[in-house]
Amino acid sequence: MASNLLLDIAWTHVTTRVRQTLVGMAGVAMGVGFTIMMAGLMQGSQIDFLRQLVDTMPHVTVQDERRTAPPQPADQEYGAVQMSNVANVNARPGIRYPESVMASLRSWIPGDVAPSVKTTAIIDHGGRIGVTLVGIDPRQEIKVSKLASQMREGQITDLSRAPNAIIIGQALAEKLAVKPGNTVALIGGEGTEISSTVAGIFRSGLKRVDEGQIYALIGTAQVMMGQNGIINELRLRLNDPLSAENIASEVEGQTGYKSVSWEEANSDLLSSFAVRDFIVLTVMGAMLLTSSFATYNIISTITNEKRQDIAIMKSLGMRESSVRRIFIIEAAIIGVVGILFGWIMGYLLCYSWSQITIYNTLTGTTVPISIYYSPMHYIVAGGISLLSCTGAAFFPARKATRVHPVEIIRGAS
Amino acid sequence: MSEIALEAVGLVRRIEGAISHTLVNGIDLAVDKGEFVAITGPSGSGKSSLLYLLGLLDAPSEGEVIICGQPTSKLSENERAKVRLTRCGFVFQFHFLLPEFTSLDNVLLPMRAAGRLSEREMRERGLELLASLGLKDHANKRPNQLSGGQRQRVAIARALSNRPEIIVADEPTGALDTTSTEQVFAILREIADQGRTVVVVTHDPALAARADRRMHIVDGKVHQTLAGRGQAELEAAAPTET
Ligand SMILES: Nc1ncnc2c1ncn2[C@@H]1O[C@H](COP(=O)(O)OP(=O)(O)O)[C@@H](O)[C@H]1O
Ligand SMILES: [Mg+2]
Repeated sequence: MASNLLLDIAWTHVTTRVRQTLVGMAGVAMGVGFTIMMAGLMQGSQIDFLRQLVDTMPHVTVQDERRTAPPQPADQEYGAVQMSNVANVNARPGIRYPESVMASLRSWIPGDVAPSVKTTAIIDHGGRIGVTLVGIDPRQEIKVSKLASQMREGQITDLSRAPNAIIIGQALAEKLAVKPGNTVALIGGEGTEISSTVAGIFRSGLKRVDEGQIYALIGTAQVMMGQNGIINELRLRLNDPLSAENIASEVEGQTGYKSVSWEEANSDLLSSFAVRDFIVLTVMGAMLLTSSFATYNIISTITNEKRQDIAIMKSLGMRESSVRRIFIIEAAIIGVVGILFGWIMGYLLCYSWSQITIYNTLTGTTVPISIYYSPMHYIVAGGISLLSCTGAAFFPARKATRVHPVEIIRGAS
Repeated sequence: MSEIALEAVGLVRRIEGAISHTLVNGIDLAVDKGEFVAITGPSGSGKSSLLYLLGLLDAPSEGEVIICGQPTSKLSENERAKVRLTRCGFVFQFHFLLPEFTSLDNVLLPMRAAGRLSEREMRERGLELLASLGLKDHANKRPNQLSGGQRQRVAIARALSNRPEIIVADEPTGALDTTSTEQVFAILREIADQGRTVVVVTHDPALAARADRRMHIVDGKVHQTLAGRGQAELEAAAPTET
């Protein structure tokens, strides 16, 4: 009953000040609208990027290392002495019995696994560039990576067509000015030099892969390493990329080999995302706060104009808290209507952005700007906005309703 | 004797400051149920200050205001607000109606704040009150569509809306023409005759003379008390005698 009265009074105050009220609502609407737009754009691009990352990278990589290096003989002899430069044998140990490890992994992981040989090489075609050489089995590779769909020229199976064939990234191909069919020299760590044919060109969208990674058959990579029969990396692709961390630690527990999830491999990137998120969230919060300044202004004005009414309501016997609530309700009315318009505006802004297509330098395609639509954006932006509006109203309302009615009544008589 | 509706005991109101000022300086007063008391006195003598204390708008520095047997000095601000809302209607020199609301809505406001009646009952009572004060045709007008006298009558209707035992009015006719003054005074007189207690501050001796008792205040103290309706006889008054 009484709150109905407060609502009536509040409604009267805001509806008799149409222009001011609209300005306040517009402020709130813009804050909410732009916040939703920013959130959609930011999360859209981030999700897009992660999707690309997850598509390109193996979800889990099992390496021929242990997390803690096996104890050196010198350590056992002189436990207290730190031995930092004791050379390991130069050969990579490789994964023992890779076929049976893979068979056992296949029995339980939700996904697939493929063998590979990872080494470094120098590619020579006029200029020399150091690259990571990944030896793969084309038939198994298609089950664990998107390389097949990333091919711009040629196919993965072309690796078997020519002796020592390689597939190289588009960025690297441009750097070296090579085309499929060209011959380049490959120099391995042991000094092995072979002549190799470019069988295809891929584009993953990740710069460091496109510039610095090439693919060959497993046998070719083993020759470059000078280690026949070695498999030093198992690559896993999971049905759910988000399970990579859990699965990696299970695999590591089971096999004893260091297993790196894509999240761990990109932890620096992901933590820079976290920093970016924090910055953007701060900006959005500030935007919502700023958008409630108009509301603060309006409530200040109304409480000033209504000093006499406030005194009268208090003198008639309305509680100070009730009178104060009138102005909080006014801010809430402005806030709620503003938020509704902000939601519409935010949606329209997101929609307009999604109509814009841009040339994506990563993928080399023209794609629409990706927007992530989430009800959470609307709820959070609306919630923060409503809080900051009513919060902004609280202080002028408290100040105005604290005044002793006698002071005002004396002044007016 | 008759029942006491409003009582003041040793009422003092001081303003503390660089220059301290005593607005009300030891007033004792007892007003019976249904009695009409007029307070007169020169400008600045403390009449309004006394009335604010009696109407619980202000709190005394010393002394006690007892409303219908209930001492009020120990009440919280919210409890004092409740007493103002339900037991003690205030009428000011200026009407102080809410400008955006109609006469009826202004009269309904204290009833709605009290929340004791249904929406329909409140409306009925509001219209009845307005009609009884000759405002039948003005219920849906805003204050700026009314004359000064009409506004003041709406303000009286508002003060009466929660059926308070006591009505306090501070120069309610101070800004009105002769006809309106006459009407308003007649209304206040009638309110008292119906059994409510009325305390009015006025400058007009002719009006004061129609009260059951008049109290002349000088410098925050009761200077003299004059008794009797329309009688001009003067009595030297000891402040404690009433
Ligand atoms: N807050 C205040 N501070 C100082 N003096 C005040 C204050 N309020 C009122 N006064 C003074 O107290 C005196 C009594 O005021 P008031 O009760 O309004 O007298 P009246 O209604 O009889 O004209 C006046 O002189 C007035 O100027
Ligand atoms: Mg006065």
